[in-house]
Amino acid sequence: MRRTLGLFSAGLFAAVLPLAAQVSFDRLSKSESEPANWLTYSGSYSAQRYSGLNQITAANARQLRPAWVYQMRTTERVETSPLVADGVMYVSEPGGSVTALDTLTGRPLWKYVRTVTKGSRGCCGQVNRGVAILNDMVYVGTFDAHLVALDIKSGIVRWDAEVADPKLGHSITAAPLALRDKIVVGMAGGEYGVRGFIDAYDAKSGRRAWRFWTVPAPGEPGSETWAGGSAKTGAATTWVTGAYDPEQNSVFWGTGNPGPDWNGDVRQGANLYSDCLVALDGDTGKLKWYFQFTPHDVHDWDSTEVPVLADAVVRGEKHKAVLFGNRNTFYYVLDRDSGKFLTGRPFAKQTWAKGLDDAGKPIVIPDSEPTTEGAKVYPDVTGGTNWFSPSYSPQANLFYVATREVGSVFLKGNAEYKPGAQFNGGGQSPIVGEDPMGAIRALIPQTGEMKWEFKLHTDAAAGVLSTAGNLVFAGDTQGDFFALDALTGLPLWHFQTGAPINANPVSYSSGGKQQVAIASGNSIFAFALEN
Amino acid sequence: MRLVCLIFSFALLAPAQEVPFDPEYVIPKVNPHTSPADLKNGQQLFMGQCSRCHGSKGEGGSGAVLAQPRLQHAPDDQSLFLVILEGIKGTEMPGGYAIDTRETWQLAAYVRSLGRLAPETVPGDPTRGRELYQAKGHCGQCHIVGGQGGSLGPELTDIGSRRSAAHLRAAVVDPSSALPNGFLQVRLETKDGRRITGVRLNEDTFTIQVRDLTGGIHSFVKEDLKALERDAGKSPMPSFQAALSASEMDDLVAYLVSLRGEK
Repeated sequence: MRRTLGLFSAGLFAAVLPLAAQVSFDRLSKSESEPANWLTYSGSYSAQRYSGLNQITAANARQLRPAWVYQMRTTERVETSPLVADGVMYVSEPGGSVTALDTLTGRPLWKYVRTVTKGSRGCCGQVNRGVAILNDMVYVGTFDAHLVALDIKSGIVRWDAEVADPKLGHSITAAPLALRDKIVVGMAGGEYGVRGFIDAYDAKSGRRAWRFWTVPAPGEPGSETWAGGSAKTGAATTWVTGAYDPEQNSVFWGTGNPGPDWNGDVRQGANLYSDCLVALDGDTGKLKWYFQFTPHDVHDWDSTEVPVLADAVVRGEKHKAVLFGNRNTFYYVLDRDSGKFLTGRPFAKQTWAKGLDDAGKPIVIPDSEPTTEGAKVYPDVTGGTNWFSPSYSPQANLFYVATREVGSVFLKGNAEYKPGAQFNGGGQSPIVGEDPMGAIRALIPQTGEMKWEFKLHTDAAAGVLSTAGNLVFAGDTQGDFFALDALTGLPLWHFQTGAPINANPVSYSSGGKQQVAIASGNSIFAFALEN
Repeated sequence: MRLVCLIFSFALLAPAQEVPFDPEYVIPKVNPHTSPADLKNGQQLFMGQCSRCHGSKGEGGSGAVLAQPRLQHAPDDQSLFLVILEGIKGTEMPGGYAIDTRETWQLAAYVRSLGRLAPETVPGDPTRGRELYQAKGHCGQCHIVGGQGGSLGPELTDIGSRRSAAHLRAAVVDPSSALPNGFLQVRLETKDGRRITGVRLNEDTFTIQVRDLTGGIHSFVKEDLKALERDAGKSPMPSFQAALSASEMDDLVAYLVSLRGEK
């Protein structure tokens, strides 16, 4: 059953909220010019997670106070990154429900409730990371692998398209990305031996426009990188939202681990296009280029991190670049036109590679693969960073990444595929006596060298936001949400939210006041300067 | 064990260790995978994933003793399957992330086989050990057994089912060699000159909460501290090696081994 709950009578908020406006492709393309809104998953097509607002600064950050809290009725983990358009916040909830909130008060305006199909399955709970908006519709992917279009003013369903069979382990956890007339969506299920893809749907009708398979069919280029018939269960899922360059009409999207995760014996080869960044034509889905970060991955180090588009001068030459902080602990700068590797270096503790060669390929240290007895390797399965977003501040010219310093003992196990069942081929054990640690790090984007770090007492599982007020906002798994000086990393303000933070911060303006919002536990916290 | 629960509550909510499980799977009452081949694979899994805490023969260590006929949290096959799959909330026992249903049963079969091994022989008289625990060791000042005692140290009500005799002997002779998780000793000094030694109750990036050696609870913002030392590997508990004769030590260990959870 899917239903929408109307929670206010028409016109109740007309005095303070403008009518929900059309969020056109033109507005999405120029979202940097309207920082009062947060129109895409990462705040802009360039995915910099940077806010041009500067009302909150290093001088007044200590005056930040909760403006409101919205509590979801869920025990699932909340990873949502809200969108804000014209005074209304659109929040996805676990499973694929959506709530529209008044940003002045946090009070719900409407709610779409998704009841997930029985038998749906996923590795890591019914998480959902957000929605997309385009014109007069809100789009959400669901845990039972549907893409749903909702009326932006009421939450009523306009169309509902099945993307894949949830009983085989397909699910959607990523926020969709709206282009001119299409909605791009990735999928999850990398622990179930599915075949990964990236889809685009016609925004008005819900008809599928194109599909890019991230694991090639027999005979297609790249199929030779899978021994035997292993490509059939190759995974390479696409569960984090990518970036878009309207000028190139290129979609940039990260892909996940090959299946099975930890036993590579049954899939000899580089396993394309797992653990890659792919550049696709926005109209056709055709592959323009790819770059594989971790060939033949045996540690489950998905490259489903957010690609950040920015200009970078590398060795004296200016490039339209992609900046990428990878779960395998290496930071990369790629040329956006060609996918060519420009530079890279580790940003967190790692023991699996001596470094990167001139083409950006890792020089793997022998004996770092999982074994039946267990092999101690840094980073652990969760990686040096993960799906949670990095940020690039064009003002500070720094790349910020939430970092983990955690190792583990990797184990190789059985790898027998059964449709709809977990297909891992091993596992990991924590290193006894070692507490997980982490840091927020600022990297010089052209080189990856560390400018500063702010050490956490725990590991990181939340994204980073930078602002024109020269601030960096971040959170941690012990519930602290905090502001750092963007140039020095010095702490300026913190608030204990009372639950682990597994989400990305956003910033926007409501009633003339800048707000910063973050999901923590089952709640959305919005902060603003006290009056 | 409230201290442990408090300290580990966030860790248990962390995202990395989700439990994979087919919600439609009906758990059989009796383990369906107990062949010699299943036991062999279960042993391999056990050595890789369990032996670090439970010992290679299930003799215990930082994890519970498994070489016993009855497991407190897993009296039957179904409950053992669930313990392996989901872990035990409020303890250090994690869920079996990334092992499939058959492997879980194979692991369960191997764990059950450990319980058929001969139990550990412990010298000493537990009745005399109980008297030493109360009168000479004054252990009850810091430990609770059956609802009685102080709460600075870990509860010992069922310590005999969770720790081996060798581990318990080490904990009495050299407490720092057998530290339980969640009992980190810290020493701190505030900017206004106060000095406090105690057990860390909780700590995040910006604050720390401490129970001092008299039981008083303190909370500090770290920027208000002049010094903060974490004494990893040290215990506030004194050694009892010099205080007890060899036979008294045997008696005390025998008493601790006899504590199996009866309140």
